[in-house]
Amino acid sequence: MLDSFMSYLGSTVTPGEANNQLWAMIYVLIIFAGVSVAVMAMNWLERKALAHFQVRLGPMRVGPHGLLQPIADAVKLLIKEDIIPAESDKFVFWIAPLIGLLASFTVYTVVPFGPSQAVSDMNIGILFMLGVSSLAVLGVVMAGWASNSHYPLIGALRSSAQMVSYEVAMGLAVVSAILMTSLHGAGLYGVAKLSDGTGTLSMIGIVQAQQEQQVWFLFKFFPLGLIAFVIFAIAMIAETNRAPFDLPEAESELTAGFHTEYSGLRWSLFMLAEYAAMIAVSSIAVTLWLGGWVRPFPHWLSGPTWDFIFALFPGLTFLGLGAIAFLGTVRMPKHAYFRVQTIGLAAFGAVLALIGVFLLAIVIGAKVSPHDILNRTTEGLSNVFWFVFKVAVFMYLYIWYRATWPRYRFDQLMRVGWKVMLPISLGVLIVTAIVGVLLG
Amino acid sequence: MNDRENAVSNLDLETPEKPYLDSNELIINMGPQHPATHGVLRVILKLDGEKVLGTECVIGYLHRGVEKIAENRTYTMFNPYVDRMDYVAAVSNGLGYCQAVEKLLNVEAPPRANYIRVILTELNRIASHQLWLGTHALDIGAMTPLFYTFRDREEILKIFEKYCGARLTTHAFRIGGCQYETYAGFEKDVKNFLTFVAPKIGEYEELLTTNRIWLERTKNVGVISGPDAIALGVTGPVLRASGVKWDIRKAQPYANYSQFDFEIPTGKNGDTYDRYLVRMEEMRQSLRIIEQAVNGIPEGPIMAKVPKVIKPAVGEIYHSIEAPKGELGYFIVSDGSTQPYRVRVRPPSFVNLQALDVMVRGMLVADVVAVIGTLDIVLGEVDR
Amino acid sequence: MAEETKSPVPPPPPDGEKKPVTESVAPPAQAAAPPAAQKMPTPAAAPPKPAAPAKPAGPVPVPWSSPMVEKYRHQYGSGLEAHSYLGQNYFTVDRLLIPDFLKLLRDDEQFDYCVDITSVHYPKREKQFDVIWILYSFARNERIRVKTQIADGEGVPSAVSIWATANWLEREVYDMFGIKFDGHPDLKRILLPDGWKGFPLRKDYGILQQDQEWVKINLGIESGQ
Repeated sequence: MLDSFMSYLGSTVTPGEANNQLWAMIYVLIIFAGVSVAVMAMNWLERKALAHFQVRLGPMRVGPHGLLQPIADAVKLLIKEDIIPAESDKFVFWIAPLIGLLASFTVYTVVPFGPSQAVSDMNIGILFMLGVSSLAVLGVVMAGWASNSHYPLIGALRSSAQMVSYEVAMGLAVVSAILMTSLHGAGLYGVAKLSDGTGTLSMIGIVQAQQEQQVWFLFKFFPLGLIAFVIFAIAMIAETNRAPFDLPEAESELTAGFHTEYSGLRWSLFMLAEYAAMIAVSSIAVTLWLGGWVRPFPHWLSGPTWDFIFALFPGLTFLGLGAIAFLGTVRMPKHAYFRVQTIGLAAFGAVLALIGVFLLAIVIGAKVSPHDILNRTTEGLSNVFWFVFKVAVFMYLYIWYRATWPRYRFDQLMRVGWKVMLPISLGVLIVTAIVGVLLG
Repeated sequence: MNDRENAVSNLDLETPEKPYLDSNELIINMGPQHPATHGVLRVILKLDGEKVLGTECVIGYLHRGVEKIAENRTYTMFNPYVDRMDYVAAVSNGLGYCQAVEKLLNVEAPPRANYIRVILTELNRIASHQLWLGTHALDIGAMTPLFYTFRDREEILKIFEKYCGARLTTHAFRIGGCQYETYAGFEKDVKNFLTFVAPKIGEYEELLTTNRIWLERTKNVGVISGPDAIALGVTGPVLRASGVKWDIRKAQPYANYSQFDFEIPTGKNGDTYDRYLVRMEEMRQSLRIIEQAVNGIPEGPIMAKVPKVIKPAVGEIYHSIEAPKGELGYFIVSDGSTQPYRVRVRPPSFVNLQALDVMVRGMLVADVVAVIGTLDIVLGEVDR
Repeated sequence: MAEETKSPVPPPPPDGEKKPVTESVAPPAQAAAPPAAQKMPTPAAAPPKPAAPAKPAGPVPVPWSSPMVEKYRHQYGSGLEAHSYLGQNYFTVDRLLIPDFLKLLRDDEQFDYCVDITSVHYPKREKQFDVIWILYSFARNERIRVKTQIADGEGVPSAVSIWATANWLEREVYDMFGIKFDGHPDLKRILLPDGWKGFPLRKDYGILQQDQEWVKINLGIESGQ
């Protein structure tokens, strides 16, 4: 076991390719834990950001500024009574959230956090992701059916129809990004062959193609890449049943959605699956169009100094978050009732600042006295940080959309999916292909 | 799409206990407890898939017998009861009732009282429209305007509280004028409010008016034509959005509205979007009226010479005002004693709600919620 | 403000009939204008208002005349009266004239908006109910009332075919007074529950009265009255 542990340490491929099960397990556990923490953080951020959009404060009492609110929610949901409708199909009722969860979490096998930081770099990575995430539809339909009540059934059918429709547009947008991986030409419109080879479906390969072509696919063949990205961005909101496409689960509509009859832990599994799916499709968007783990401006601002400056970002971010926490501590009311919260927030800020200092130490250490392990750690940190940062931007955008826009009526939603998104994405695909051929 | 020939006929609905044999039609109940029905309103929908074939409203859950109570209270004792009908625009209710009794007594409120009445009533119109906007947007899915409008409405409620002690059911007026003199700083508060709220209305419009999703959800939804609206007795912004330029403040002015310069916004299509635009513009026109009024409050008494015991002569009177929701009318029959013989309240929301059936024929289920919101009903007024 | 404590029973209508038909005598009620004149400092056994002192100068119904009124007076003769009280005009018509008269008002005189339909109950009168339609014309900017009197148990033709708004308004009159409207498509209770017995706005329905049977069956409680 120990050699299996040690033998991977110097490797430059993913554990899947290195055939190292131990490290694959470790990566899986890290990702599982990470996504769970991310879901909780997303829950907190949603409540706080939505509240601030609406001129109110959000949770403030459970932990300083509501930081412990997700934990309180999780505990509450866990200790709730497990209610199963009397006439429901018990097995299907039990398994539906598990299938949703399965679909949402399995895709993380191929999400790349770095050039070798993925559980396994399948050569059909993107296809795998799209395929497995579609399984969520099955979970939704099973939930609606098993509830044995016609409101959840109608909601589930609507939800599944919506998800299926937008997958078509999503898939076509993805294909135009894949097309660009086969170009091998540098710059915005370059198709001149820098190297041989074909395009690739592997997630790591896509990011490496962007690295080689020195441009994010967002800007490639401007505005084609942009349009494809926008199509995907809209379709992914509809995939995950979020505003403005959240009619199937909105409270003020007649049918309250497929998860009406679920309560407690089962319902929290659906929520977990929904947030995990949001993060997963955002990862696809980041990987395909935003350059994945690559730091901004790797070619314009290149060189060791710029590398160093950009490598400072993770540490500085944590220090910045710690500073915000300290600012919050200073602004807490000076009253006996708030003492615990003030101390808690200060401790939280201290932890964040310590992490930031630690990261900075690694980076500065790597610069001052280069050492193989330090260099690789810095690089790995940097990759993971930039990837997570880009995904976090998408998460914030999700919340922003929810706060700002009303929701589409179901028939308008379907019309947008089939009559607007599909033709545009098809058009972009064809034009991308033509341009690629013409310029080359 | 809308089969208007069945506009007023019975729906031919089975009661929910009897089974329905036609498998194409589904009868769904939007029960009295529902986040979107603005009160205890039950709407029975007959659906064909998602399309609405017909509706039936069941009301009366909030019926408190206000008209019966009126026969057992004196005129002044009944004054606080009228606030509780349309509890969102309580000041308007009070204005209508006090003016009706004043007409019966053949007295006129003094000019200063009229100015105060106009200012408070128009403030209440803005507050009522703000509440409408917040809840209507929330029903359609935009959850942020609700908080913005409630935050801005607080300023109006603060003025009311300073003036008469109550925020919502204000009992602001008395028969013959106003009871309370304006508090020190009233004009300043009102003027500050005017400068405060004008950009806020712009904020709401920025969020919604040109928003593509809002347009799709509200354009051509719940259309009612002008002649249909008149035949159904619909009044208020709903009527004006259908193209009929009629406002009691201009047609049959009461208080001293004829002294103020303001416009009546109308719409063209009679759909939900037009009603939204009409109400937004009405808020702006109310600001105009308040500005003119607050700049010219005359000195003088605030209460006319009204006897301590109010005993109007035998007779009957009908008086109506333009409440935020429509034509609010009071038909009072006096028999010469201190208690009215009959008080009939003509509630705008009750009559407007009748139009729901006509407006949602052929629409989808999600539109029913939007149309109920756009009619701006308050169940307290519908049921009394 | 001094309020007289009142018993729950409403006061009986004054002696003078409310039909302002022939006499223009002000009914012997106190007018609003000079209340002081009435408060004579005599002991409780004050004599009934003497006819001799100044007739109180209160408002009285005056005859209303206009081209429209003349036209219908010609047409209907004695079945129709027109008066004006405090500036508000109203017709008092015979019950048999009702559906045609209302239709004529809508079609010929452009009273296209039916503001309200309501009723008043005078239990001491022979024809106990007053049914009142309040109509408004956009073109003339004029509001009138049409009143008719019916006995208990009589019905009135429905105005639903003339104005669509009459649907719920008539249902409410039926619900509160028990007046049936013939020709109404769906005359059932609107504000009270379907099985309720009794018509609350009638004067013989006490203010604290409830349909105890309905309460017991549907709410499962003793209504405690």
